[in-house]
Amino acid sequence: MQLVLFFIFGGLCAAAALNLLLTRHPINSALSLIVVMTSLAVLYLTLGAEFLAAAQVIVYSGAIMVLFTFVIMLLNAGEEVRTRGSRAAYLVGVPGVAALFSLLTFVFLSQGNHLGKSTLANPATLYDLSAVLFRDLLLPFEVTSVLILIAILGAVALARKEH
Amino acid sequence: MLTFLLLSLVKVIVVTVVLLLAVAYTVLLERKLVARIQNRWGPSRVGPFGLLQPLVDGAKSFLKEDIIPAGVYKPLYILSPIIALSCALLSIAVVPFGPERQFRGVDLFQITDLNVGLLVILGVTSVGIYGIALSGWSSNDKYSLLGSLRASAQIVSYELALGLSLVGVVLRAGSLSLRDIVNSQSAHGLFSWNVFGGFQFFAFFIYLMAAFAETNRSPFDLPEAESELVGGYHTEYSSMKFAMFFMSEYANMITVSCVATLLFLGGWTSPFGNLLPSLGGSILASFVPFCWFVLKVLFFLCLYVWVRGTLPRFRYDQLMAFGWKFLVPLAIANIIGTSLWLALRTS
Amino acid sequence: MSGSYLTILLLLVCAVGFGVGPLVLAWIWAKAYSPEKPGPYKNATYECGLESKGVVWVQFKAEYYLYGIVFLIFDVEAIFLLPFAVAFTGLTAGACVAMLVFLFLLVEGLVWASRKGVLLST
Repeated sequence: MQLVLFFIFGGLCAAAALNLLLTRHPINSALSLIVVMTSLAVLYLTLGAEFLAAAQVIVYSGAIMVLFTFVIMLLNAGEEVRTRGSRAAYLVGVPGVAALFSLLTFVFLSQGNHLGKSTLANPATLYDLSAVLFRDLLLPFEVTSVLILIAILGAVALARKEH
Repeated sequence: MLTFLLLSLVKVIVVTVVLLLAVAYTVLLERKLVARIQNRWGPSRVGPFGLLQPLVDGAKSFLKEDIIPAGVYKPLYILSPIIALSCALLSIAVVPFGPERQFRGVDLFQITDLNVGLLVILGVTSVGIYGIALSGWSSNDKYSLLGSLRASAQIVSYELALGLSLVGVVLRAGSLSLRDIVNSQSAHGLFSWNVFGGFQFFAFFIYLMAAFAETNRSPFDLPEAESELVGGYHTEYSSMKFAMFFMSEYANMITVSCVATLLFLGGWTSPFGNLLPSLGGSILASFVPFCWFVLKVLFFLCLYVWVRGTLPRFRYDQLMAFGWKFLVPLAIANIIGTSLWLALRTS
Repeated sequence: MSGSYLTILLLLVCAVGFGVGPLVLAWIWAKAYSPEKPGPYKNATYECGLESKGVVWVQFKAEYYLYGIVFLIFDVEAIFLLPFAVAFTGLTAGACVAMLVFLFLLVEGLVWASRKGVLLST
């Protein structure tokens, strides 16, 4: 069952990601990205991470992608035009992404123990999750809040018109 | 496994059909009540008291010609009413209509009980925005685009207040499952409901305001302010597609009323606690809580209509300022207050 | 656990079915019994009888997107608050203080943003 779901939604995810890259119109790319995010949420769900799946849908499919569509609607970005720059991006981008992917995989596989990990019961209840989040991972959590604050400051400073 | 699947399928279809019927009759209820508020009769010709009016309206929108204006971006133009209606119907998934009652492993009064029930509702609502955003964008119409921009900014702003107002309730119940939340308010009837006994009055107020804004209802119906924007984001839609937007709006209203009932008015619990004589364990007895639930939801729906018949529309900057500068800070204050109160009570 | 999600999947299929079904039926009905008669005026963009000028897809007031950004940031906060609320009774005082600090930082951000007047651009 889990394997079947993995193949269905993993395939959907990969297909949508490909469509995201190949399609020319930004709104289609944004929609494909929503499909990618939602199928990722389903994959999390099959792994027993209910909260993570819900958070994925709310934050990524909901908030972040709403922001993207919002910007596309406001700027009315038209179809993508092929230029010399985009061809250069192809040449540099594909090997670059491959290299980054290999590097990250290597780091996670070899150094996973040093990055710190917490084991949760399976299926983990929300109670277990927050116990870990607010006890063992308190410092990263606080750092996150500072990061979010900086994000607010940055966004407002960039977008505000000086009067 | 097969019986489970079949029974679940039957349950799902029954719930969806009942929801759609409820949508149709909410429209009639609204037209009737608003008419009485304005000293008119409302629909009264089709069937006794106009009771067949929703069905005739449905048939009409089915038979009308579907005009697709020139210059629309067709795939999204067709997709967006489907997104809107599907998300509206999907958000009923975790709403329990009564206490747990199993029949061959299938829960009769709820589609499914999840540990993260409340999050599922938030998630489905946040995806439902795309129906509105994309419809306005793909219509190639200035009114539609403005309407959908307004609607998205408004829904996004009030979703925040809505999410924050839920935290007080969750603090008290210690769970995100809607069934647990109702059970946490079932001890002493009326006095243990969150809105009274749980001191969640402010959260209730915030939730109610945010719910009105989320469903684009008066007095926050700026996205379809007809004096400025014709029909708002669905100006260019006709026949069945228009009807789907219409149905999704009312379905959202019903879901939001259900959730308000569950979170703040004790769900299916009776306001008199254990004072009423119990009917024993018969099948009939399990429908009494269901009736309480329906009554409370009906109360919210009438409130919606009453507000629509009474209050004028907000101005857009007032709307945004109300959301960001009043509701969100109030919600945060409510969270801090509730957590302090709970901490003092337990220690 | 998997059963409850199976039911959601069923509901999803049903909900999409109720969305697509009537559309398809209406389309078939229209094809069979009421052929469409398009015309330049009938299919024109609705602008209250005036002739439509210019394209719709122009660059719009970009400040609108600040609502999107601020919403995104606070949505993350709400997501963190919910597990906190669930486990509140089992948490230590230190965790609660941490949460209060978290809340305080975000309120500070909100106050700052509204002082700068970004939340009132209409």
